[in-house]
Amino acid sequence: MSTSRIVVTGIGASSPIGGTAPESWSALLDGASGARTLPHEWVEKYSLPVTFAAEALVRPDTILERPVAKRLDPASQFALVAAMEAWADAGSPEVESERLGVDFATGIGGVWTLLDAWDTLREKGPRRVMPMTVPMLMPNAAAGNLSLHFGARAFARTVASACASSTESIVNAVEHLRAGLADVVIAGGTESAIHPITMASFASMQALSKRNDDPAHASRPGSIDRDGFVMGEGAAALILETEEHARARGAKIYAAVVGGGVTADSYHITANDPEGHGAARAVTLALAMAGASPDDVTHINAHATSTPVGDPNEYQALKMIFGDRIDDIPVSATKASTGHLLGGTGALEAIFTILAIRDRQAPPTINLTTQDPEVPFRISGAPQDLGAGDQLAISNSFGFGGHNAVAAFTNI
Amino acid sequence: MAFTTDEVLAGLAELITDETGISADEVALEKSFTDDLDIDSISMMTIVVNAEEKFGVTIPDDEVKNLKTVGDAVTFITSNQA
Repeated sequence: MSTSRIVVTGIGASSPIGGTAPESWSALLDGASGARTLPHEWVEKYSLPVTFAAEALVRPDTILERPVAKRLDPASQFALVAAMEAWADAGSPEVESERLGVDFATGIGGVWTLLDAWDTLREKGPRRVMPMTVPMLMPNAAAGNLSLHFGARAFARTVASACASSTESIVNAVEHLRAGLADVVIAGGTESAIHPITMASFASMQALSKRNDDPAHASRPGSIDRDGFVMGEGAAALILETEEHARARGAKIYAAVVGGGVTADSYHITANDPEGHGAARAVTLALAMAGASPDDVTHINAHATSTPVGDPNEYQALKMIFGDRIDDIPVSATKASTGHLLGGTGALEAIFTILAIRDRQAPPTINLTTQDPEVPFRISGAPQDLGAGDQLAISNSFGFGGHNAVAAFTNI
Repeated sequence: MAFTTDEVLAGLAELITDETGISADEVALEKSFTDDLDIDSISMMTIVVNAEEKFGVTIPDDEVKNLKTVGDAVTFITSNQA
């Protein structure tokens, strides 16, 4: 096991508020919202109770060549677009194929491909079901296609832990790099699941905001009148490498990933443990790997999906670790702007956390009107100054299944 | 309505371009799907399935392996139209 630090040398994102990572960051700082009324005929056709979501701003099939795009589910298209941006941003590292790995996640996989093929089967019979259906819908399709595109032969691994997926991927990438299994890893996650089935299901479990008349103000983590999350879409990718490798090639370094923690609640398949023990243990593990104490933490990108129950649970979990100091740490709940990208959300928020460290400002949490006294995080509608000192920031992600994942970043 | 050889060739070229990005100009009767056009088995089956719909023919799975060239496919389709 190497003790080398793992550093971030490239970032890429296709999100509801920007077609690239820098565009997404800039829009976030400007207080943008990616939530919009869905223009699709299926919203009315199925009388969906929720009529809006945060679709990605730029469709990936407008960027990829058609023969490439048509072999990929939209989830894999987003993954490829984000990874291409991150790879170029990292200076297209020269690395042996056998030393380049992929840790890329999804929460749901190729739901559009699966259900389109089901429609085709029912309407036209089995002969019209395309041969690429299974390789497009499989949850490892994004990781496999990234391996193919970038010539990554060390490994191509997929974790699926719902909304914790891509934070867990980043933690896994750190562990794989520290274990010496690769010199460079393309890490991240993707989701393209704004589909009538998922919208109906999440609405049915009362998880989605029903603010149909005002989508831009629907995702409001920490506000007393929050009523659920907003479905998002897109992907985010990070190029991670050992510090030696990055230094040797003179790479630009954004930040170090100094810690990661992954735990499970074993409490309920969808609800968080109300006492937050699993989430708190994930923070503790991340800080332990970082060799840091809770007092060192300068910024938190909270999971904070804007559900009535989830936000206070996270607050309680963090209070267990940070005590009263939790009320003084600048927190950002960026799903207020982006919606919830499910399997893509952790990697997008990791990028926001890294850029917060770089720019020394915690991004705003929009739509905060009256703050819920049960969620008294230090969140603000304006960017918060992080100060000139050393930064240690954590990004939290929690998922159905009782998955908790936390990644910790420092400036370098 | 029966399709002419030229119409089938043009239609196939369209399907091949859509699937693989190969320029329609490169699609000619004597070209081999595998050796000249570098079309893999999954793309070949995708083209076959789309051709069946486009030209209203059935191309049995056992027949696909006999379609070595674009000309083989054009001949099969023109001579098996309903």
